Amino acid sequence: MSVAWLLRGGRLLGGDPTDLLLRDGLVAATGADATRDAPSGTRSLDVDGLVVLPGLVDLHTHLREPGREDAETIETGTQAAALGGFTAVHAMANTDPVADTAGVVEQVYRLGREAGWCDVAPVGAVSVGLAGTQLAELGAMADSAARVRVFSDDGHCVADPVLMRRALEYVRAFDGVIAQHAQEPRLTEGAQMHESPLAGRLGLRGWPAVAEEAIVARDVLLAEHVGSRLHVCHVSTAGTVEILRWAKARRVDVTAEVTPHHLLLTEELAATYDPRYKVNPPLRTADDVAALRAALADGTIDCVATDHAPHAAEDKDCEWGAAAFGMTGLETAVSVVQAAMVDTGLLDWAGVAERLSAAPARIGRLTDHGHRVVAGAPAHLTLVDPAARRVVDPSSGASRSRNSPFTGATLPGQVVATFLRGHARVLDAALCEPEPQPVRA
Amino acid sequence: MRHLLTAADLSKDDALLILDTAEEMARLTDRAVKKLPTLRGRTVVNLFFEDSTRTRTSFELAAKRLSADVINFAAKGSSVSKGETLKDTALTLEAMGADAVVVRHAESGAPHRLATAGWIGAAVINAGDGTHEHPTQALLDAFTLRRHLTNGRGDLTGQRVVIAGDVLHSRVARSNVLLLRTLGADVVLVAPPTLLPVGVDGWGVEVAYALEPVLPKADAVMMLRVQRERMNASFFPSAREYARRYGLDVARTRLLPEHAIVMHPGPMNRGMEITADVADSPRSVIVEQVANGVLVRMAVLYLLLGGATPAVGGPLVSSTSSAAETVS
Repeated sequence: MSVAWLLRGGRLLGGDPTDLLLRDGLVAATGADATRDAPSGTRSLDVDGLVVLPGLVDLHTHLREPGREDAETIETGTQAAALGGFTAVHAMANTDPVADTAGVVEQVYRLGREAGWCDVAPVGAVSVGLAGTQLAELGAMADSAARVRVFSDDGHCVADPVLMRRALEYVRAFDGVIAQHAQEPRLTEGAQMHESPLAGRLGLRGWPAVAEEAIVARDVLLAEHVGSRLHVCHVSTAGTVEILRWAKARRVDVTAEVTPHHLLLTEELAATYDPRYKVNPPLRTADDVAALRAALADGTIDCVATDHAPHAAEDKDCEWGAAAFGMTGLETAVSVVQAAMVDTGLLDWAGVAERLSAAPARIGRLTDHGHRVVAGAPAHLTLVDPAARRVVDPSSGASRSRNSPFTGATLPGQVVATFLRGHARVLDAALCEPEPQPVRA
Repeated sequence: MRHLLTAADLSKDDALLILDTAEEMARLTDRAVKKLPTLRGRTVVNLFFEDSTRTRTSFELAAKRLSADVINFAAKGSSVSKGETLKDTALTLEAMGADAVVVRHAESGAPHRLATAGWIGAAVINAGDGTHEHPTQALLDAFTLRRHLTNGRGDLTGQRVVIAGDVLHSRVARSNVLLLRTLGADVVLVAPPTLLPVGVDGWGVEVAYALEPVLPKADAVMMLRVQRERMNASFFPSAREYARRYGLDVARTRLLPEHAIVMHPGPMNRGMEITADVADSPRSVIVEQVANGVLVRMAVLYLLLGGATPAVGGPLVSSTSSAAETVS
């Protein structure tokens, strides 16, 4: 069996110092029991001053494999996830081939297990080839070893209202959820940035807030009508927040995520024409950022999801219009959330644990993740040094891509250690030895 | 100033210096031998990712009149369409020793990227980028306005310029609004609401949806080209309705004060935004704008490349030195 770990003096959810014993993949004991129960050979780690969180769960990651292994692989992407404090990531379906069959999602799941850096929960495509016309074999993906529960055409909106309705209804059979990339396609043809006075001056075609809000409004009404579960990806506007608030007040079964970058960055960065700031949905205004932070604080937005979108250098080292949409995010997520939410007093570390671990695990139906850190829980843990300050340098990270919008910025907080089933995946903010994880049949 | 990327880069003093220098260029080239030695040994590259014979030719003539070596780099297709990338093109030009790159590109911000991405050290002049800006067009328009309205001197304070047409997609309109306001002019934009950008109310201009109310007080009216591809995208119902409501015809031209001039950046859609009668009328200065373009571009090249010999009063050279070649 694996080595036992005694973590001494960590601040559980930012609270008082306590000891934790990790043994046989579980949190074996806490507090005074931890030292007493530690078997011989236990490795002891002084984590005084570090915040202990349940292992983080990302509902929205692009791992690029299969198809774009030049930008990211399951190996490098999950290494980046581990360094960022994640013990589970949901791998989006827009790979090549698209993850729209049981075969592809099982392959992604197995590669994640073999790499062993964090658990990979594949997201299945809603429609065949993300084409938005015909339902993919959602049931086959749900029944596969990958046990898919989240389905999304992310990158594309399920724009056809009939297809969306059918998808919402169909996944009820296996407790699935449709994660919608809310973007009305006709209103955003050729769109390059937030539609705003700045876009007008820069001569960049606008992506209006209404194109997101119109789809979210339609979808919450559909979800209410058919009594199904809806998840809204990367909420970016204050108007969407209002619609979600209204829907939740009506007890519609809707959840939502916000990305770290939408909590911190605004559209003004587009004035540099530097494609590192080109992302979909686009960076919006300071008012939107304030509304998103408030919504995350009060639970209208349930969780933070990175939308980690690695891209090869040549897809960003070009003119704005030719560049790909997307930003990396796994390795900076905790720091950005600390800057935007914790250091501003909007969320405490218990709130971070809820928004980055418990809620996404619940939405994704990952029964093995998102647990409270108590004796008997799976030993997925993330240790954060909130006093650290670091200058972001993607070239020193694990992701194969370097398209971080935070390059050169000084951010608070540092993930110091990550444990997956009691195995140290990250120690001293560096990767440990690979350790393949057991595969479900 | 190292680059000319947007008219917003120009202070009033910068703009007046360029316009006054262009007037000097006019005096110096108004002779049998039109050439100045100022940029001898300097290399100016015309990097055109979009076809624009008139703008390219204007820059080429301007550079040649200053004795620069001119290379026309016709980069067909951008990185979007599998051609050479902007970056690789830039590295190539850097290796060739370009001192200035005049760039026309279909993507807004491409010249900005060229100037700031660290690919090249050359001065970058924006010769039109996407739906963003075309600063030398605004300079030649200001030069033309000055000649007709203020005797070729000073700024344009109190002059009222109407710009009418597809403002939404017009780089000419954006640069003109910025520069004309810097020079003190009052600008009125006229367009159907579908062809005005979001946030135009923050541009410091008046906005109108019809020409008739604004023409009687205008000192100049500038008609913008309406691209054919807009016609099937519901910006307006039909070409005929557009021409009826927003075209400059003889009847509307009669509403202008006696001294007011009619401008167009070209190329014109005769019968669409302007009728042939008006385009060819005595108050049309459209052909003159083309001639002024060469003078203004000479001034910009001279000031950006900081010619080793003085622009004015230097010896004239014979017209044998520079040759244009085309690199594909």
